Amino acid sequence: MYPADYRYTKQHEWIKVQGDIGTIGITDYAQQELGDVVFVDVPKVGAKLAPGKSFGSVESVKAVSEIYSPVSGEVTETNPLLVDTPEKINTDPHNSAWLIKLKLADPKEVAALMDAAAYQAYIAAQAKEHSA
Amino acid sequence: MRYLPKSPSERQEMLAAIGTRSVEDLFTSIPEKFRLRAPLDLPGPLSESEIIQYFQARAAENARGYVSFLGAGVYQHLRSVAADALIQRGEFLTSYTPYQAEFAQGTLTAIFEFQTLMCQITGQEVANASMYDGSTALTEAVLMAERLTSRRHVLVARSVHPEYRQVLTTYAKNLGLEIEEIGYTASGQLDRAALKPETLARTAAVVVQSPNFFGVLEEVPALAEVAHGSGALLVTAITEAVSLGIVRPPAEADIVAMEGQAFGIPPSYGGPYVGVIATREKFVRQMPGRLAGQTTDATGNRGFVLTLATREQHIRREKATSNICTNEALYALAATIHLCLIGKEGLREQALQNLAKARFAQAELEKIPGVRRVFTGPTFNEFSLEFPRSVKMINAELLKEKIIGPFALGTQYPELTKRAVICVTETTPRAEIERFAAAVRRILERPV
Amino acid sequence: MNPKITDLEAPAKNVGKARAHVSQNEGLIFEQSAPGKRGMELPPLDVPAVDPAAALGSQHARDSIEGFPEVSEIEVIRHFTRLSTWNYAIDLGMYPLGSCTMKYNPRVNEFVARLDGLASEHPEQPAEVSQGCLRILYDLQKCLLSITGMDAATLQPAAGAQGELTGLLMIRAYLESQGNPRHKVLIPDSAHGTNPASVVIAGYEVQNIKSNSRGQIDTDHLREFVTDDVAALMLTNPSTLGVFEERIAEIAAILHERGALLYMDGANMNALAGVTRPGDFGVDVMHLNLHKTFSTPHGGGGPGAGPVLAKKILEPFLPVPVVVQKPDGTYVLDHNRPKSVGRVRAFAGNFGVLLRALAYTLAYGPGIRQATEDAVLNANYIRKNLEPYFDLPYNLPSMHEVVFSDARQKVKGVNTMDIAKRLIDYGFHPYTTAFPLIVPGAMMIEPTESESKQECDLFIDAMRSIAAEADATPDLVKTAPHSTRVGRLDEVAAARKPILRWKPA
Repeated sequence: MYPADYRYTKQHEWIKVQGDIGTIGITDYAQQELGDVVFVDVPKVGAKLAPGKSFGSVESVKAVSEIYSPVSGEVTETNPLLVDTPEKINTDPHNSAWLIKLKLADPKEVAALMDAAAYQAYIAAQAKEHSA
Repeated sequence: MRYLPKSPSERQEMLAAIGTRSVEDLFTSIPEKFRLRAPLDLPGPLSESEIIQYFQARAAENARGYVSFLGAGVYQHLRSVAADALIQRGEFLTSYTPYQAEFAQGTLTAIFEFQTLMCQITGQEVANASMYDGSTALTEAVLMAERLTSRRHVLVARSVHPEYRQVLTTYAKNLGLEIEEIGYTASGQLDRAALKPETLARTAAVVVQSPNFFGVLEEVPALAEVAHGSGALLVTAITEAVSLGIVRPPAEADIVAMEGQAFGIPPSYGGPYVGVIATREKFVRQMPGRLAGQTTDATGNRGFVLTLATREQHIRREKATSNICTNEALYALAATIHLCLIGKEGLREQALQNLAKARFAQAELEKIPGVRRVFTGPTFNEFSLEFPRSVKMINAELLKEKIIGPFALGTQYPELTKRAVICVTETTPRAEIERFAAAVRRILERPV
Repeated sequence: MNPKITDLEAPAKNVGKARAHVSQNEGLIFEQSAPGKRGMELPPLDVPAVDPAAALGSQHARDSIEGFPEVSEIEVIRHFTRLSTWNYAIDLGMYPLGSCTMKYNPRVNEFVARLDGLASEHPEQPAEVSQGCLRILYDLQKCLLSITGMDAATLQPAAGAQGELTGLLMIRAYLESQGNPRHKVLIPDSAHGTNPASVVIAGYEVQNIKSNSRGQIDTDHLREFVTDDVAALMLTNPSTLGVFEERIAEIAAILHERGALLYMDGANMNALAGVTRPGDFGVDVMHLNLHKTFSTPHGGGGPGAGPVLAKKILEPFLPVPVVVQKPDGTYVLDHNRPKSVGRVRAFAGNFGVLLRALAYTLAYGPGIRQATEDAVLNANYIRKNLEPYFDLPYNLPSMHEVVFSDARQKVKGVNTMDIAKRLIDYGFHPYTTAFPLIVPGAMMIEPTESESKQECDLFIDAMRSIAAEADATPDLVKTAPHSTRVGRLDEVAAARKPILRWKPA
């Protein structure tokens, strides 16, 4: 479910690194919480992002989720698929429904993020807390 | 008490069911020292006929039976009995915001029609379900422009309604917006020479009103071109909505902020009115206020729902596009019904009558020695004249003849003393226009 | 003590509040439009006609408005009458919406608002011929000051949210005059969304504070949050749970000690009018929602009015103009207010709404307390009767509203929205779902004093029946409503591809 070669954040973003380019999206857990996605708001190409800072949002009918950058970098691409078919986030959150690609300013930041096992443990604990 | 549907014995029954002896027991969570021991000092209680008497007495203390030549953002226009009867139907008057769409399709359908009519009239692509009034609609339009451009500087024409500018200033103060005013030329229109490219390059919006406070129409396409050339938006305010019956709408503007009072809503000493925001489709997610959208249910029936709610305060909270919740729904409905009744031809005819009567009045007044037109630009149903003596004095004398005189410009525009804005609508009979002109002539002939 | 399911009655066909009935179909008015029809005629022009292109210049002249309706008067009457029959309304029955105070809108208020001499008055006309209007404003101010126990009033704000902003601007101006406007406003997590939105527009930063385990202000820890950088706490009292903040005096004291102010959101004033006064328990400034406590009609979403009442220290900062009575007894709008926060809207306010609120207040007089007592009685009666069937997350004394949750029904997959939709089949408008945010699956119920014992009983029966259905036949509830003209609408499609206006084919 959660690709082993991705890294994850507490705010439910994932990042896949290839060289010095990071691809970022939101996790399956996040899309489930949100419900049917109706709109995605991402920054323009060239925008500079900082870790932990909100760079956009994903909206359902009744909720908005801010998206936080896991790392620092400069946006190189935004996903054209999500302009007309934002619902792809619900069906394929980890692959074709990526949000942005960015050029990493400091590749070492990635190591500080959770791996798949840690993330799965984290969301299991979250789920428990919600139903308590 | 006639609004309370309970008998004393029913109250007792209910208290017994709750398990308390007296209703006092239901208030014990209020600390004793704060519980009132005596009834409040309030007038009443009044029976229905006494209430009517009170308000009839108040009505007699106003300007009933006077003829008025005031415009200045609020206009006396024809209204229909049918519209007023419809908005008094309990299912419109006493219904709630249509959050539960299945039980409010009447309201939602009417909102969708209102949004459509506002687009048709303003030449814009999308309009919302209403704002409080024109002044707050304009303020919200400016804030929208700021969000869209990420610029903080705003250029506002001095010929925008003074109270609208005051409201904008109140809001802008705490949001770090820099408001700069631009003057007008001999035509009464915005001084385009004052729009410098260096300034425009950091301007979120150029704000004009058309027809403006002096009654003059602005050259919207030219202004839009200048603004857009430097990445600024053009925001156009409209206070006299009936003008759009014959005046070309500001289609080149990016955001239109309109007061809809002229569409069948009584002047009512300042409100309630109906504010309109209309804009381009690409800006819709930055638009404040409620929006009704068309959709279907599972069996394919067409229906309407409030949509794009993630812009609004109940979801977005501190990041909302606006804090607006309650709007002017019933008066948006009143305007909708009115426009359906007066229709395409009727609105045009009404606007033509306004133009004709205003030109007639202007001609009559300009025959009076010393009375001169102030501006050269084209006007609709309001125009500015200069008088040889104080407008305040003239108006004081006119009042004795049951005529409410024109808006004296001197207080709001110190450079324009002895000048006033006269408004004439389709409701002003020719005989009254002639009586008004004759009275002004007489007053001016009196020794100083 | 959950009763056995057999103890609950299934809804009988002919008793209860509602039964299905044929309703008229109707399209959009544009779909009935045809050239040559009109619904309104004008008297003939009595001056020479003017050619617009010649008079205005051809660049300003407009062709006809494309797509604009052309229909007859009867079609308009039928169109909107049919539409109205698809709505629910207070005139038809209870709206149990929490914090909305959907009470009876007295018809005499509509009559007096339309009187010639009131509806016809222009806001810029001279004060000499506006004494009637000005006195109405002044008299209403006096009544509202009396009810709230405050010193100064403005009737200018057009709605509660605008009242909130006005109050916050006055707080800022006051603190500025004291040397430091500060930066933060504290807001409990149970607050209505307009509160944080208004704070931002006033140029302040929102600091959310968590409610305690009783859903109230965590007074034990409040001192830590009230730093020298906090301008105010925005409080709703009773809270959005319908519970009175018993430690309100302490809360006010903590704020005042630090030079901060207490703002009260008056949305729940229906629990307090005539029984207690916010001015007495430490509130510095507050707004009222006249379309809630003061019976002015909701009209499908507005208009409203949000007057702001404040203590003497804030009086200099009131929006301009202020309605005053001169020594000679006449009334005037005073524009000479150098310390005013400015104007928050054009003209004096939503006069027509203010007038209706005055009519309401005059009808009750000092007897307004009875309305409050009945409102609290109704809420507690409903609470007592529904407690066996629905989860009550905060077991505290309710005032005019009670908040349940869907916890018990969730077990079978039925949530608050489903129950709300099923309530429609029983002829009632839903209660407030999913608010306040601190109660997951919230069901917020406020009957108001306008409901008879019979209507309350019908509501209780409906809710009990739905609880039984949620257990025995949950799918029936999850797919409700079943009896309306349209079923649940596709809100996702509406948001993804918004269609916000009619367009010709």
